[in-house]
Amino acid sequence: MHADERKEAETIIRASGVNVRKCMKCGKCSATCPNFDEMDIHPHRFVSMVEEGDIFALMQSKSLWRCLSCFACVERCPRGVEPANLIEAVRLEVIRPLAGNRLRPEAIPALLDEKIPQQLIVSAFRKYSK
Amino acid sequence: MQKIGVFVCWCGSNIAATVDVEAVAQASLSEPGVVFSTNYQYMCSEGGQSAIRNAIAEHGLTGIVVCACSPRMHEATFRKTAAVAGLNPYMVEIANIREQCSWIHRDKEEGTKKAIILARAAVAKLNRNVPLIAGESQVIKRALVIGGGIAGIQTALDVADAGYEVDIVEKTPTIGGKMAMLDKTFPTLDCAACILTPKMVDASAHEKISLFTYSEVESVSGFVGNFTVNIRKKARGVNSDLCTGCGVCIEKCPSKKAKSEFNQGLCNRSAIYIPFAQAIPNVPVIDRESCIKFQTGKCGVCEKVCTAKAIDYAQEDEIITRQYGAIVLATGFKPISLESYDEFQYNQCPDVITSLEFERICNAAGPTKGKVLRPSDHEPPKTVVFVQCVGSRATVECGKTYCSKICCMYTAKHAMLLREKYPDTEVYVFYIDVRTPGKSFDEFYRRAVEEYGVHYIKGMVGKVAEEDGRLIVQGSDLIADKQVIIEADMVVLAAAIEPDPTARSLGTMFTASMDTNDFFTEAHPKLRPVESPTAGIYLSGLCQGPKDIPDTVAQAGAAASKVIGLLSKDKLVGNPCVAACNEPLCNGCSTCELVCPYGAITYEEHLVVDHGVRETRRVSCVNEAICQGCGACTVTCPSGAMDLKGFTNLQIMAEVDAICR
Repeated sequence: MHADERKEAETIIRASGVNVRKCMKCGKCSATCPNFDEMDIHPHRFVSMVEEGDIFALMQSKSLWRCLSCFACVERCPRGVEPANLIEAVRLEVIRPLAGNRLRPEAIPALLDEKIPQQLIVSAFRKYSK
Repeated sequence: MQKIGVFVCWCGSNIAATVDVEAVAQASLSEPGVVFSTNYQYMCSEGGQSAIRNAIAEHGLTGIVVCACSPRMHEATFRKTAAVAGLNPYMVEIANIREQCSWIHRDKEEGTKKAIILARAAVAKLNRNVPLIAGESQVIKRALVIGGGIAGIQTALDVADAGYEVDIVEKTPTIGGKMAMLDKTFPTLDCAACILTPKMVDASAHEKISLFTYSEVESVSGFVGNFTVNIRKKARGVNSDLCTGCGVCIEKCPSKKAKSEFNQGLCNRSAIYIPFAQAIPNVPVIDRESCIKFQTGKCGVCEKVCTAKAIDYAQEDEIITRQYGAIVLATGFKPISLESYDEFQYNQCPDVITSLEFERICNAAGPTKGKVLRPSDHEPPKTVVFVQCVGSRATVECGKTYCSKICCMYTAKHAMLLREKYPDTEVYVFYIDVRTPGKSFDEFYRRAVEEYGVHYIKGMVGKVAEEDGRLIVQGSDLIADKQVIIEADMVVLAAAIEPDPTARSLGTMFTASMDTNDFFTEAHPKLRPVESPTAGIYLSGLCQGPKDIPDTVAQAGAAASKVIGLLSKDKLVGNPCVAACNEPLCNGCSTCELVCPYGAITYEEHLVVDHGVRETRRVSCVNEAICQGCGACTVTCPSGAMDLKGFTNLQIMAEVDAICR
């Protein structure tokens, strides 16, 4: 593993507060994910890839942006591993060096329609703000 | 002044290679009280023991120190040697110069130095030893078994066959427990009723066994060999002596809306009922909550139709007091509640069921007469999904951290039985791991896959949703790295198992310790697996940890052999190293009573002479038969009144002083 990648893995584990060793590889996170088919790297693989320090591939994955941040995987995990928190930590590692917020609170009212679930707005901030 | 002999063992080269045994023997000669010392190649051998016996006689020794291996290994041996030579066996001290010295050091000089110090500490302690005499107590030759499932029945039969009386106390109206609810048993697929009901009959017919069904243990007092137990015999509303078990009352009872406990609520039963046809005793019981007579005062149909005049609405609970030498806990288990598992829709969809419910549906005496039908519309399911590890191996709040052990095998059994009976049914099993350690177990699981074509999918189910009467099961296939969606007609959840909730109150009553999951803990996890740390209390079956029927029966037999070993003694010799209270120092604070894990301490009014003043005080009293000598009271006592015989505060401090000298 590249030294930079190892450092990145440590940052992600620290920032997310996730103990990847608690995972018993049951796959309930991927079983419960409502957006599974849109992802190239699936929630259960996020956990094992962080454990193995395979971070650069995660940072380039589509899944970072396809994850709905619905936290169903966090809710259902029998071991309390919290895969969505890992995905979020990796995403922040990508967003932060780019600097600047991509979504300003003032822009929200114009984007709203009555069918948008409130959680989507919260999730959008998770993805488009540093 | 003591006359002490010090005997230093070489243990071949185990000790002698790292410790200069001659130097240890020489150095100990200068310790106070030591009049003789020697060393020998194997002190535990007959040669070594005779050297000890001879030295005791020749030098008139009042105590001996043996510098050798751990007291766990040979303390009993050397105590016997001393007793043969006329010494009190508690005038023997062991200095452990093997496990705690030679085996953990390399340098001979340092090892020798440490061995001399350990010997010096043992001598310092021995100078303060007093002869101790173990008390004796009677053994009541009768055992109590709590729980009438397969574990309790097997233990009772084994103890009774050895010629001792046994009482079984069972809280439900019949013996048989969970095994009676099962259809077939793995891995041989013999019918559970065919192998269990003859044992139930044996237990009820055995002249040495008394059954107390629909009864619970109310309270207990006493100690090993001499327990007194109050048993509450709950009012059945039916006189067992008169009832002929004809069943007319059940047939005529107009209240038929109570859920059948035996059939897991899948069908109804009458208010007066027998749990199942082969129940023992074959005497009905009135469920007062659903009985019209008890609720409104009107009805009385059962009384009118009973030709034996056995119905007795006025019957009240009865307390029976019996004495026992040994008590066996066989309280069993239940599946956990699946209320918190909304993702599987257990509470919402009738066709999502537990494995125990599936057993009843498969069973010829069950609610569907053995036909596998969906509870919702009584149609045969075409696709069935089994989900393993529901609540097992989970560290989140609603689950259990342990593996329930039996689910992999019974799920393979269910899948196999389904494919056998209905070959056109598609069967899927979602698993995290398939755990099948056991004789012929893995072969059994592989048969389900290879011969019966059961689809095993590595992964967990994430959610179940009902759509137009079908169950949409969304799960992981980790090997394909895919999310699979299966349209099923029935979902069977392998719910984790947990100890029966009554175990907790019994554990408190019997001071039988439990782990964080409420399983009873054994005295030693490997070497004393069927004994509770409390003397005279034994463990049988699932109340000690998850296990299947073969393991349960084996453990039940092991518990019985321990009970027989106890009951075969006329008298019990106690351990004299027990706690004692120095009454003038006791301030009556009750702290020791609260920390005692065995319930050995009570408070009594005693006449105490303190500095010439005679007065009656409330002081701590130790029941020496119950006390296990753990010492918790001695360290907790704020006034230093509690002391452990053989390990008094003075003796321990003398050892510490000798080491620090």
